[in-house]
Amino acid sequence: MAANIEISGISKQFGTVRALDNVSFNINEGEIFGLIGPDGAGKTTLFRILATLLLPDNGTARVAGLDAVKDYRALRLKLGYMPGKFSLYQDLTVEENLRFFASVFGATIQENYDLIAPIYSQIEPFKNRRAGALSGGMKQKLALSCALIHRPEILLLDEPGTGVDPVSRQEFWEMLSSLRKKGITMLVSTPNMDEAALCDRVALLQEGRIMAVDTPEGVVRSFRYPLWAVRSAEMHRLIEDLRQFEGAADCYAFGSFARLKLYPSYEDSGTETRIRAYLDEKRHRQTELLPAEATIEDCFIEYMKQ
Amino acid sequence: MAVVITTDRLTRKFGNFTAVNEISFEVMQGEIFGFLGANGAGKTTALRMLTGLLTPTSGVATVAGFDVWKYPEMVKKRIGYMSQKFSLYEDLSIRENIRLFGGIYGLSRPTVRTKTDDLLRKLDITGEADKLVGSLPLGWKQKLAFSAALIHEPRVVFLDEPTSGVDPLTRRQFWELIYQAAADGVTLMVTTHYMEEAEYCDRLSMMVDGRIEALDTPPQLKKQYNATNMDEVFRAIARKN
Repeated sequence: MAANIEISGISKQFGTVRALDNVSFNINEGEIFGLIGPDGAGKTTLFRILATLLLPDNGTARVAGLDAVKDYRALRLKLGYMPGKFSLYQDLTVEENLRFFASVFGATIQENYDLIAPIYSQIEPFKNRRAGALSGGMKQKLALSCALIHRPEILLLDEPGTGVDPVSRQEFWEMLSSLRKKGITMLVSTPNMDEAALCDRVALLQEGRIMAVDTPEGVVRSFRYPLWAVRSAEMHRLIEDLRQFEGAADCYAFGSFARLKLYPSYEDSGTETRIRAYLDEKRHRQTELLPAEATIEDCFIEYMKQ
Repeated sequence: MAVVITTDRLTRKFGNFTAVNEISFEVMQGEIFGFLGANGAGKTTALRMLTGLLTPTSGVATVAGFDVWKYPEMVKKRIGYMSQKFSLYEDLSIRENIRLFGGIYGLSRPTVRTKTDDLLRKLDITGEADKLVGSLPLGWKQKLAFSAALIHEPRVVFLDEPTSGVDPLTRRQFWELIYQAAADGVTLMVTTHYMEEAEYCDRLSMMVDGRIEALDTPPQLKKQYNATNMDEVFRAIARKN
């Protein structure tokens, strides 16, 4: 049976808050699918429904060919779920946690060791340390090992990169890409656009609604605004000044440059000259001005401001 | 420009594990100082010493003019602290949280009232003042927690991963608050795992295994490690060890 996910018309309301509003999309077998959106968009609610922990008000979700409501018992054996909040037993050791999760699913560490070896071997030297005493990066590796120990077909990862340093984050994503080669389908949520760019496809979720489903490249291609990268000796003042620039749709910090977003109708062969004149008029020193390519982060900011 | 934080061979051991190993640096008034490092490098332990919550094993640190070891309570009155984990009381309203923090720092009732109004206006949430903090989106909570950390007009504010898990738009709005505070002369010490935010700092230190491996402005660090962005600098330093 195909290890895909079909989400169709899912809605969920908590009191007056509509957490999910008629959400539909499909995730293909063997895909790393990113669910990106701000805090409160409904990402965790969707994860909990797919993980059979919460009933939807409307709609259906089929996960690995099984209905998330009717077939929840059979489905749980096929699912690995890593919640956003660290949910292992803090007062058990690393190895005890792993053994516990294996036994709950009727598996053993030995039979599935090959699957977790690349990541578990990194924390194995600390197997007698209590989970509560691990650093953030090590906790994340243990949580992934525990979610994988029963050899699931589908992995649900709710914000695995939050609070994790860039090097550990990269190691984690290398691990996900090796799991994909083993045919495991993954749904990963993140507020980080560098992680979104590593997914095969992404869905943008905002206030419970799907804004777009596409490849990261497709999302970027849909961006319509000309962008410029601008730098000066006074970055904070530069951003405030550029927001007042005649052709500016927006301006925001972007690493060591400010991102100037122009109205498409404003861009012509004289744009650069006019921006330079404006920077001079505002007495900015040590300025640099370059045309810039849109990234998924620019698209996300655009969707959020709509 | 006045020096607001100094550390001289500041060290903290837990049993035979050295979490912070002889770190020495200075931070100037109004500076945005980035405090970077991998998970487990010792950043939080260092911050807990600088905020008077943990006594050093050896070495000296002064914050806002006071030795953190000898006068931790004097330090606490002059600093603000915002941790990623604890932000505010979820079952109190916005207004109640501000009043609580104002009261803890000994502000008078009229001062708290004025401060509350200013803060609500600045964050543009006057209409939400009586909502429970638990019902707010994370980004709002973090902006509010930062504003609460500023309520007693501290000279230094420590921000431990303030934007962790926050979306790119809200993260930028948060950094505008940081810039505003710095422009008002507040010194800010910030930890983050987002390397584009590292670029927004005036100077950065990178901790590896309890030591400060590198300390400079973002452009200088990029030059020194022959990198085009801070992500490459981070990898170069973290992987060297």
